[in-house]
Amino acid sequence: MELPIDYATLRVLWWALIGIILIAFTLTDGFDMGVGALLPFVAKDDAERRMVINTVGPTWEGNQVWFIVGGAGIFAAWPFVYAISFSGFYLAMFVVLAAMILRPVSFKYRSKRPNPKWRAFWDWGLFIGGFVPVLVFGVAMGNVLQGAPFRLDSDLRAFYEGAFIGLFSPFALLCGLLSVSMLVLHGAAWLTVKAEEGPVTERARRIGEIAGLASIVLFAAGGFWVAFGGLGFRIEGLADAAGPSNPLRGAAAVRAPGAWLDNYGRHGWMMIAPILGFAGAALSLYGMRFNKAWAAFGGSSASAVGIVSTVGLSMFPFILPSSFDPRSSLTVWNASSTHLTLFVMLIVTSVFLPLILIYTSWVYKVLWGRSTTGALTTNPDLY
Amino acid sequence: MDPAVIDLSRLQFALTALYHFLFVPLTIGLSFMLVIMESVYVMTKRPIWRTTTRFWGVLFGINFALGVATGITMEFQFGMNWSYYSHYVGDIFGAPLAIEGLMAFFLEATFVGLMFFGWDKLKPVSHLLVTFMVALGTNLSALWILVANGWMQNPMGAAFNPDTMRMEVVSFRDVLFNPVAQAKFVHTVSAGYTIASVFVLGISAWYLLKGKHSGVAKRSMTVAAAFGLASSLSVVVLGDESGYALTDNQKMKLAALEAMWETEAAPAGLTAFGIPDLKERKTHAEIKIPYVLGLIATRSFDKPVEGIFSLVAKAEDRIESGVVAYGAVEALKVDPNNVAARATFEQHRRDLGYALLLKRYVADPRTASPDLIKKTAWDAVPNVPVMFWTFRIMAGIGVLMIAMFATAFVLVTMRKHDTKWFLWIAVLALPLPWISTELGWVLAEVGRQPWAVDGVLPTFLSASSLSVPQLLTSITIFTLLYGALAVVEVGLILRAIKKGPFAQHDPVPDGETAEPEPAVA
Repeated sequence: MELPIDYATLRVLWWALIGIILIAFTLTDGFDMGVGALLPFVAKDDAERRMVINTVGPTWEGNQVWFIVGGAGIFAAWPFVYAISFSGFYLAMFVVLAAMILRPVSFKYRSKRPNPKWRAFWDWGLFIGGFVPVLVFGVAMGNVLQGAPFRLDSDLRAFYEGAFIGLFSPFALLCGLLSVSMLVLHGAAWLTVKAEEGPVTERARRIGEIAGLASIVLFAAGGFWVAFGGLGFRIEGLADAAGPSNPLRGAAAVRAPGAWLDNYGRHGWMMIAPILGFAGAALSLYGMRFNKAWAAFGGSSASAVGIVSTVGLSMFPFILPSSFDPRSSLTVWNASSTHLTLFVMLIVTSVFLPLILIYTSWVYKVLWGRSTTGALTTNPDLY
Repeated sequence: MDPAVIDLSRLQFALTALYHFLFVPLTIGLSFMLVIMESVYVMTKRPIWRTTTRFWGVLFGINFALGVATGITMEFQFGMNWSYYSHYVGDIFGAPLAIEGLMAFFLEATFVGLMFFGWDKLKPVSHLLVTFMVALGTNLSALWILVANGWMQNPMGAAFNPDTMRMEVVSFRDVLFNPVAQAKFVHTVSAGYTIASVFVLGISAWYLLKGKHSGVAKRSMTVAAAFGLASSLSVVVLGDESGYALTDNQKMKLAALEAMWETEAAPAGLTAFGIPDLKERKTHAEIKIPYVLGLIATRSFDKPVEGIFSLVAKAEDRIESGVVAYGAVEALKVDPNNVAARATFEQHRRDLGYALLLKRYVADPRTASPDLIKKTAWDAVPNVPVMFWTFRIMAGIGVLMIAMFATAFVLVTMRKHDTKWFLWIAVLALPLPWISTELGWVLAEVGRQPWAVDGVLPTFLSASSLSVPQLLTSITIFTLLYGALAVVEVGLILRAIKKGPFAQHDPVPDGETAEPEPAVA
């Protein structure tokens, strides 16, 4: 059967789609996790904590599905990437899972008993469930930019040469901190929009200002590191964009310091992404300082979109380069599913993604309005 | 690869999947029971039905949280622990998982918050629609997960591609309409409906025995009796067996769970009891019910049911043919344009997986001796005693459930909700369906061994290249975390049951009592 979209185009479309799903995850579950990480610092008593938790209480569950769909989407579109990244970063991924197991139960179980020790315990669960994944995702992104230490044998089985501790290189830690400040900013901005105005939003704005500044500084530092720190890979010769998904065939990748900036020279429009990363954070800072809640939230959202897109655009067509054996590197051209699977999944996604956006918007509309401490006494359903 | 890595990977997957499967069937069934109860509320406008719905909703929520928490692990564990599997079949297996997320889990998770928080924000009909969306999402979720699992049991619509060294989709229609997947879906969701019915019936019975909350308990019992009778009948009648005549591996599974060593002439009898003996390869003290197995397995009176010996002989032939395919793939690795090798491969492609069974003993299957091939053919047989006993306990509980719900149905129709002896049975039966569903999972997955994907990829080749310390770390912490959360969950459910339907949300009507909440527990 002749498919109406050619293989190379589908491969690029899926690169964009996975990017969109990961950005949607960052934007939605990002503020849930940011709020979790902020919980001990913005809310000082049980009523404030409950009010903060209820800013995300009814919607975090749907937001988290972007994470699940991100994982499953990578499985379906890039089986190699799913297979190699999650097993290669085994313990890091395990830490994320353990933290994310704590999160649903912390939301649900905290309010079931009035005992302060019980509640304090689940508050820690919410903090860990927010802070730890955000940190590890950033560290993982740093490792992806540096290349992961794996190689493929002729059966295309992956072997790893790195240790868990090796994941925490200075550059990866910098990326981890950037991720934390980006989503703490986003969480703080969400609170300025959704929490009852008062001491909690005051504290959120103060922390938000620090996080916004840190985002700008760390993003700039990351940029310099990428430019001058010896990072980067390049494909030697011409990649076969419609060839079989086999990294050991076709054009080989090599280390090329500075190559992560190549794309900006070739396609000037891509500069929009880093600019958005800085400008969004600046707008958010302005919103925090002058108490413009929607500027703060719009800015933090734009900044997150910009920063995540910068990573993707800088690396294109690479998805997961190998630092140990660059020939084994995974790219958009050699790590995807078949033409048929990509096509069928594109159809499925183009049907369901708009539906998801429609009913999610409806749910947010029904739940519109600020979370208040007053509502806690009148509405027994609240967490 | 280190055999300990494979064993530990299997142990972790079994632990996390069995644990996840403690919560999921209840979610699947209870979500639809909430829809039924809330529909009655919307139609009759009687507040007692609203109270009933919200009470079971509270228990649903406590259970749902752990289902979600443990589901996150499942979604990523294929990549983490079964890296080669993920590469080898990801082109097919990833798609149903992604569709599950897009079509089902999003629906369920987006609306579940509104289901709990939206009672005062929505009109009753809109809220019912929200509850229905949660139930629909949950059940669609089961559909896609079982399409994925069904493909592992009966890998239709895919073929090996030597250029990419993996299985690739040929027909999505075959993957979706795989009869094994369809049978599994009906069987599994019916089991979920039965679990939920037993849950509601048992807790209601307990209230009636204690003389508490009888308004809510009697109504709940009526719903559970009717829903439970239909579901328990469907779980047994629409069992999993319909696919067992399809392929060599499905036949092997049937022969193993029947401990049937020799081919049984038509119409085959069902073994009600026996003691399978692995050493002598026969079953002692068999008691057979004539005709039944032939009917179930072949849906006919004139087809024989193949025994283990005959299937092992087939496996031997397929290993020999698979070795030829393996040789052709090795030649194609060196030169993708080798026309002769490609022709040879095309001829033997469907047996490639059988050659991989030899990799447990030799690095290169082409060097295997005829004796080794003979020995390896027996690896194709799953663990017969485990299969034999899990099937009998699972099916036995299934039959008990039908009897219990038939009794319940008669009693509630005669308005005899307070029949003491039956109420005790209903309370004591609470753990049974969980035992049955967990054994059902064991049966399905142990029955698939030695394969990760039947006839395509052996389990021992599927694992990631991890180290023993890595696996011990994750297994230990998962076990501690899951164990602690199980204790908390059961504690919270018992606490909510003790507090009763009226302490949750609504004012206590006359003649009812609610335990007051202590200020500090």
